[in-house]
Amino acid sequence: MKRTIITVVGRDTVGIIAKVCTYLAENGINILDISQTIVQGYFNMMMIVDTVGMKKQFGDMADELASLGEEIGVVIKCQKEEIFDKMHRI
Amino acid sequence: MINLYEVTETNKMISEENLDVRTITLGISLLDCIDSDLDKLKDKIYHKIYEAAKDLVKTGEEISREFGIPIVNKRISVTPIALIGGAACKSAEDFASVAQTLDRVAREVGVNFIGGYSALVSKGMTPADELLIRSIPLALSRTERVCSSVNLGSTRTGINMDAVRLMGEMILSTAEYTRENDSLGCAKLVVFCNAPDDNPFMAGAFHGVTEADKIINVGVSGPGVVKTALEKVRGESFEVLCETIKKTAFKVTRVGQLVAQEASAMLQVPFGIVDLSLAPTPAIGDSVADILCEIGLEYAGAPGTTAALALLNDQVKKGGVMASSYVGGLSGAFIPVSEDQGMINAVQAGALTLEKLEAMTCVCSVGLDMIAIPGDTKASTISGIIADEMAIGMVNQKTTAVRVIPVIGKGVGETVEFGGLLGHAPIMPVNSFSCEAFISRKGRIPAPIHSFKN
Repeated sequence: MKRTIITVVGRDTVGIIAKVCTYLAENGINILDISQTIVQGYFNMMMIVDTVGMKKQFGDMADELASLGEEIGVVIKCQKEEIFDKMHRI
Repeated sequence: MINLYEVTETNKMISEENLDVRTITLGISLLDCIDSDLDKLKDKIYHKIYEAAKDLVKTGEEISREFGIPIVNKRISVTPIALIGGAACKSAEDFASVAQTLDRVAREVGVNFIGGYSALVSKGMTPADELLIRSIPLALSRTERVCSSVNLGSTRTGINMDAVRLMGEMILSTAEYTRENDSLGCAKLVVFCNAPDDNPFMAGAFHGVTEADKIINVGVSGPGVVKTALEKVRGESFEVLCETIKKTAFKVTRVGQLVAQEASAMLQVPFGIVDLSLAPTPAIGDSVADILCEIGLEYAGAPGTTAALALLNDQVKKGGVMASSYVGGLSGAFIPVSEDQGMINAVQAGALTLEKLEAMTCVCSVGLDMIAIPGDTKASTISGIIADEMAIGMVNQKTTAVRVIPVIGKGVGETVEFGGLLGHAPIMPVNSFSCEAFISRKGRIPAPIHSFKN
């Protein structure tokens, strides 16, 4: 399993999750967990995904998701899980 | 499993508080390049560095992309050139041509600095050491990316005052050679006492002779992260203050550790150390001086500054050593003037003087760093400043350094612009009383009594 954290932050609008999930499904990326909040109209979502079945390079996925985010009007970031694990777990 | 709060905290550190990995520095031993023929030597140096470092920048960018953390600099450090060039270089011109080779290969592999145009002369100078030192002004004026450092003393050996005297002259001469660029050459030249072999930060990085053939050292940063964390504990006790710094330092260092391990695996080069220094940049919010203000000072330099800095430095180390098993010799807080907007503000407000900076260097990493002084400062005065700083390092068994820039043609009240990470600096006044007779004495200052530990 290769876990990646995808974060989506921006103004709330219809279909953010749908569009991101469609992209992930089309690219063989499995969603393991989703958590989401809306604070003062701002959409804040974190997904934990498994990229082991993905055929693309990590960097290409990150770029494509970032440009998808631009279309929707949100910021989408992909980061390997280790950076959070290392920082927050002993 | 990681939760949304933790992910948000990390990403806020990166996007709003300037958390970054300051440098991945690839240390390369050049001992196997030694040759008595100058052209062959330069050829070997070029190829060894090129082969070792050709993927360094690409690897750094890849890691940066995967983890979403900026890696600001990719750099190279090499074995002190005085050792490598001794057999081939018969003149300052010869040594300077080796510097030009280093500059060329640095440009070709895309690193912004290459360190190791260095000599280690804490007890005495070989003819090659002296020749290299005398070639520094020439080398730094002809190159763009080469950094030079000279170790002038240590707790075990004392201080080589002949070399201290010579370096005062060479710093002034480097300033003259690069006067067209506001004496920028001096920003790439530092002198040390107790120089660590595995320092990833410029201008002082070199690859020590005790190191392996190649090694990855990483320097993290994050003054902005510490400052933001401290904003939440205003007015709290020292215990809470220290605990907050420690926890933050831990988090920052872990990122460095992760990046170091990844880089090491991708480049197939052993991991050396993580240096967990708080290294400021001229960017707003990336300042060590601002942390001192947050601890409770009106400006860095106010009474209480040395105590606040001692506390900060110690907690950074305590948090950091828990985060990585291999922590570098410099770790702590850096207090450069031109690279830290808070320090610049303190100097301009009249709160921070050279003497106070000297006191601060007793309790933090490194020393008098990136300080612009008047261009008409005498060489013996610069040597006096160096000797004071070396004495602090020698007696306190710590690394100290001096990187001062006598800006030719400028005086107190004027400012100098170095650009980029090097920042800008107001020219600070220097005590004008003479130390000529002291500096012109020959020989060395003996090692202190506590060096006899055998």
